[in-house]
Amino acid sequence: MATPILKLRLRRYSSSIVSAIVLIALCLGQSTQVVASQNEVLQKVLPKTVKLYGAGGLKNLANYGTGLLISADGHILTVWNHLLDTDQIIAVLDNGRRLPAQFVSGAGEAGLAVLKVEVINAPHFDLAEVSRSGPGTPVLGFSNMFNVAAGDEPVSVIHGVIAMLTPLTARRGRFDIPYKGDVFIVDAVMNNPGAAGGALTTQDGKLLGIIGKELKDSRSNLWINYAIPLSDVRDTIEKLVRGEVITDDSIELPPVIRPIDTSGLGFRLVPDVVPRTPAYIDFVMPGSTAEAIGLQQDDLIVLINDDLIQSCREFYSQLRELRKGDALRMTVRRDRELVNVELIVPELN
Amino acid sequence: MAITWILQMHDSLNNSPTSSRIQCSPRVIRTVIVCCALFSAISFTQTLNAQIVLPKDVLEAEQARIAVIDKATPAVVAIFPPDGRGGGSGVLISPDGITLTNYHVVEGAGPFLKCGLSDGNVYDAVLMGIDPTGDVAIIRMLGRDDFPFAPLGDSDTVKVGDWAFAMGNPFLLADDFVPTLTFGMVSGIQRYQYPAGTFLEYTDCIQVDTSINPGNSGGPLFNVNGEVVGINGRISVEKRGRVNAGAGYAISINQIKNFSDHLQSGRVVDHATLGATVRTDEFSNVIVETVIPTCSAFFHGLRAGDEIVSFGGRPVGSVNQFKNVLGIYPKGWKIPLVYRRDGERYEIYPRLEPLHSIGELIEFASAPAPAEEPEDKPENIPPIPMLPHQKAPEIPEEYAHLCESRLGYANYYYNRIKQEELLATLKSLGDYGQSSQKWTLTGNLKDGGAYRLVLADFASLFELPGDGQVFLLDSGRPETFMAGPNSSGMLMSLRELQQFLISGPEIFSEIIYIGSEPLDGVGAKVDVLSTLHEDRQIRWYFDREAKQLVGWDTKFSEDRPECGVRIPGWKTGGPYAVPQELKILVAGQPEIILHVNDMQTESVDDPKL
Repeated sequence: MATPILKLRLRRYSSSIVSAIVLIALCLGQSTQVVASQNEVLQKVLPKTVKLYGAGGLKNLANYGTGLLISADGHILTVWNHLLDTDQIIAVLDNGRRLPAQFVSGAGEAGLAVLKVEVINAPHFDLAEVSRSGPGTPVLGFSNMFNVAAGDEPVSVIHGVIAMLTPLTARRGRFDIPYKGDVFIVDAVMNNPGAAGGALTTQDGKLLGIIGKELKDSRSNLWINYAIPLSDVRDTIEKLVRGEVITDDSIELPPVIRPIDTSGLGFRLVPDVVPRTPAYIDFVMPGSTAEAIGLQQDDLIVLINDDLIQSCREFYSQLRELRKGDALRMTVRRDRELVNVELIVPELN
Repeated sequence: MAITWILQMHDSLNNSPTSSRIQCSPRVIRTVIVCCALFSAISFTQTLNAQIVLPKDVLEAEQARIAVIDKATPAVVAIFPPDGRGGGSGVLISPDGITLTNYHVVEGAGPFLKCGLSDGNVYDAVLMGIDPTGDVAIIRMLGRDDFPFAPLGDSDTVKVGDWAFAMGNPFLLADDFVPTLTFGMVSGIQRYQYPAGTFLEYTDCIQVDTSINPGNSGGPLFNVNGEVVGINGRISVEKRGRVNAGAGYAISINQIKNFSDHLQSGRVVDHATLGATVRTDEFSNVIVETVIPTCSAFFHGLRAGDEIVSFGGRPVGSVNQFKNVLGIYPKGWKIPLVYRRDGERYEIYPRLEPLHSIGELIEFASAPAPAEEPEDKPENIPPIPMLPHQKAPEIPEEYAHLCESRLGYANYYYNRIKQEELLATLKSLGDYGQSSQKWTLTGNLKDGGAYRLVLADFASLFELPGDGQVFLLDSGRPETFMAGPNSSGMLMSLRELQQFLISGPEIFSEIIYIGSEPLDGVGAKVDVLSTLHEDRQIRWYFDREAKQLVGWDTKFSEDRPECGVRIPGWKTGGPYAVPQELKILVAGQPEIILHVNDMQTESVDDPKL
């Protein structure tokens, strides 16, 4: 009677045993034979990876990132994030050369963008040779993580194994990610600040995917280590290189936090001079709703819609989430008292 | 899972044949079916077994790695402050207990520590020296002279993509002190880590994706051969909490080798600056922006506008690379620097200037206990894991003599021991008589001309009969100390040796064993003794093999270049040793070479020169 169960077990486990053995063999083999060729692989891949510097620099928004050279003429593939929200993007090649990069085009759903620098004969990834691998594949990640490679030095390399290919259910802040395709989930900490736009390659340097922006899993709320397979989006990238804007996609750019003109609300905050300027009300307009509901100069805003506000920037970023007609509940501290007020958000600039 | 399953399967195979008999009954049929099924299972097992056979070189690689780890393990140290709160890691590098760790592991712990090895034993250890800027400390484990130790590698050969493993005590997991091993890849080399709100600066460090966590601090990073290539001390953290996020940093072992003797001197060791600022121009050249006019590089000829070609033997193409080189050397070392001006290349060996003031270093030496809140730590140092219990620190009585506290020192004991050792080598040169002696040296200059040199308390004299030149230094008239052919301070420098040999170290108001440095930036490492005689700072150099004085540099004042004297060898056999040759250097360049044929000492009762 035990036999069918045995066979069942065989079927169930044989594939996993085989892949486990292959995996072990690969891991063990690495330490000796692969080392010599590995350095050669890295020397080939690193020059195809660039460091990008652009907008950001505020808390949790790095002003550095990564890109991949995908043409000899200097087209750079990267992810479309806040970094590109400026006219002055700088690409630093692996030999330290700093070049201004022009935005060519972007695709919202895949969250990809293409930039261009003026170079000739750039070492680059050939998109025609992008491969696709499944779970168990040892991989390398190349990125400007943490901007460690701050000088004229190549980016960082880390190693891992593809754990699975699966649809991405993730969010960034309050936004769900529109990307619906499968992504590579990797067992190494891959998606660090600045890593977005980096390369995921096989151990012999074949491009598999592009490291995505930092995202949390929608259900577990944990940070995900993933890369977007490029074999699925090759057409999209070709369009981007041609400068075609992909309009079908919903384009999501995380907000860059700038002061908002709050005069529509009837008050202004103190000038935002340091990263953590306390959100004091500097001026209440006479005759405004703000005055009517009792806001006063020197009130310190401590809560908006139950979210703690520790700086002017946090106030502006919260305000940006609200639309015309939304309720804005504020708690302000006045001397030693806490005062609650509520107003309706008007049209704001 | 797989292995368990295979074992279970073999059990049922063994049992089955005995329990089933071939009979013509439904039971027989059932048995036949079972047998067939079993047979197919067996044949499948065989194919499976065939796949399990791993290539020979894979097995060998595995065995080699196991052997390397087995060899490395006994040298890895779990370090605890005496109050038992928290802890870090370290690595033994000599059989007599010299152990490397991070400064932030021993900071505020006091001079004595407790160390656990993988043999399960706890040893006492005493602090030998600290480098707060480089985040390195050396402690000495006590009680054995046959400690297991790890060999040091060459971190300049580490390449991106190399495998590297870390050992230590992350999260203080090992109650039995058997270290935790993590394995990973070198992600970057020659990384520069900006000071994180403190003095602390990691230059030229090795970046790894090897998992480095709180408690790994101070532990070794090994290459695949089991050689120590770095000391793990920092990680990049951001939103994921203070644990490994794929970027750990190890201080390169070559930097620590430069500081090793300094760190065994009981001192608070300082890093260096060139005394010049540099910038990168639009062509990626590193250009000197300003040079302090009292620094060694200035006296050696470096000026604003010069282009730095290489530094410390490494080509320099960015300010980052320049800082990386600067960070790996202790203050006071002479480092080769190549610069270009108007198309001409110049190579100089300027002495590096101190990075910190004495006052700042004294503060480090008397650093208060680390704050309990890890938030007070610089952001990306893995915090020392804290344990809830707390014991009063105790000093082991049998070792109490191994620690002497003194202002500005981590542990003066080790400095005093080295001073005594070096002073003994001077004594062994012979008896140069009592005070008030006159020395007369005669011989030839390198180009053949004869000279006479007289050194005495009240006056000194340098005579070149061939040129008809005589120069007199009158000890009562300071304006004669540096003038004429003696403008380099040669006679003053030689007088320092005379007074040192005759009167001993008592003439100095301060005497410090510094550590070691390559003589004049190129030679073998020499031990360095620094002394203060009135306002003259003198560095004495001792050959480590021959245990002999081989030279000294005298700094007269801030605005003058140093005057150096080198003694390549001593003629022994008489009542006292006589220098074979006196080579006078000014700002590193040979000024004059005196071959010594004869040296007489007389009492100065006869004040005739």
